[in-house]
Amino acid sequence: MTTSIKLTPPLSDKDISDLRSGDRITISGVLYTARDAAHKRLVELLSKGEKLPFDLKGQIIYYVGPTPAKPGIVIGAAGPTTSYRMDPYTIPLLAGGLKGMIGKGHRSPEVKKAMEKYKAVYFAAVGGAGALLAKHITKSEIIAFEDLGPEAIRKIEVRNFPAIVVNDLYGNDLYEEGIKKYKR
Amino acid sequence: MNPSPIVMTRKLHADVITDEVARLCMEANFDLGEDVLRALREALEKEESSIGKEILGLLMENAEIARTQRVPMCQDTGFAVVFLELGQDLSIVGGDLTEAINEGIRQGYREGYLRKSIVGHPFARVNTRDNTPAVIHTEIVPGDRLKITVAPKGGGSENMSTLAMLRPADGKEGVKRFVVRSVQEAGANACPPLVVGVGLGGTFEKAAYLSKKALIRRLGEGNTDPELHHLEEELLEEINNLGIGPLGFGGRVTALAVHIESYPCHITGLPVAVNLNCHAARHKEVTL
Ligand code: SF4
Repeated sequence: MTTSIKLTPPLSDKDISDLRSGDRITISGVLYTARDAAHKRLVELLSKGEKLPFDLKGQIIYYVGPTPAKPGIVIGAAGPTTSYRMDPYTIPLLAGGLKGMIGKGHRSPEVKKAMEKYKAVYFAAVGGAGALLAKHITKSEIIAFEDLGPEAIRKIEVRNFPAIVVNDLYGNDLYEEGIKKYKR
Repeated sequence: MNPSPIVMTRKLHADVITDEVARLCMEANFDLGEDVLRALREALEKEESSIGKEILGLLMENAEIARTQRVPMCQDTGFAVVFLELGQDLSIVGGDLTEAINEGIRQGYREGYLRKSIVGHPFARVNTRDNTPAVIHTEIVPGDRLKITVAPKGGGSENMSTLAMLRPADGKEGVKRFVVRSVQEAGANACPPLVVGVGLGGTFEKAAYLSKKALIRRLGEGNTDPELHHLEEELLEEINNLGIGPLGFGGRVTALAVHIESYPCHITGLPVAVNLNCHAARHKEVTL
């Protein structure tokens, strides 16, 4: 990818406010994985006032359910899943300090508004490039909800994981901009 | 004393079906078809947006990693959709056909380290842990062969698929509007560039079936009916004018192809189904 901004979670408000829709970023450090079923449980824990399996503050959640790792490799294919399915669960997580989400596809107007309010951004990774993205993952460990199989929460370590800013704090949406530019 | 005529039926053992289905599950997930790769290369030439070009390049690189290292190209290794063309003179021996296929799915998803993405009940949502059951579509055809096509179908694009029972008065224009709107609403969610399968006519379920069947046609092969082929090309152009582009970041190439399959329909209706397939347009077949 072309020149990109390097990010290492936990992210601060300043890190977030510097980002603009369309920016290429690469992430090195820790990400947490969660999909629909894990989100449902996280939100249930929050509503009961219980402790989450990891501290949300400044962190990035990657919406992914990897394939099982072949012996000798860290993780199987690990590309992003479609994000709108997480929309119903996202706002409480943002309120809890979550700073970034990586997925693919559009977010709801409510989630976009909440991102501005709680100072968080939404990144897209290359959808369907699971084999390629897995090369940027150097460690993977299940930390919660093992019974959910591919939907368990994993703590993963990434190196130069490529993504692109879709929604920033200023109401921009890369998907809408792109269409405006190329529609005829 | 009725001497029964001697009929020689060809026999096929269920175990052979299991082995082949297992192999096809893995091949489909590791090895993107040459027709899709060619379409991606052509898309790269047409694409004007720089990010669009970059994405197309990454998708080809991803396919190459998957093929050479025998890992799935995408983490969503799909619902195992299986199309059968079963010759009426073939006899399956040594087991139950449906179970033979499901056993093949079980083995293929285990041995290939593919993701198990099926939950046993739509509400309870407990993973079946072996990616079964398959969705099996069977057509009985003349002859004594069995053709099996395994088409793992990802959720991202499946979830954006649509069906409408249009009025006859809506005509070709109505069909076009519905197809283009379906792609527009899917936007980035379905991992474009897409293969757009359109089922036209028939009944409610027939249209849906045809739209899925349209996805396993080789890219580059148009409908044999010139009028429908023309419609495929018109739709492709309109879809690509939407500007959604590779993965929705804006660009010239939103779809690689539009495939229409049609069937006669009732005097009162004009069913149309749109089944979207992402760029991971996976299917492998064998004839036994
Ligand atoms: S829509 Fe297709 S390419 Fe995208 S994540 Fe799903 S299966 Fe993979």
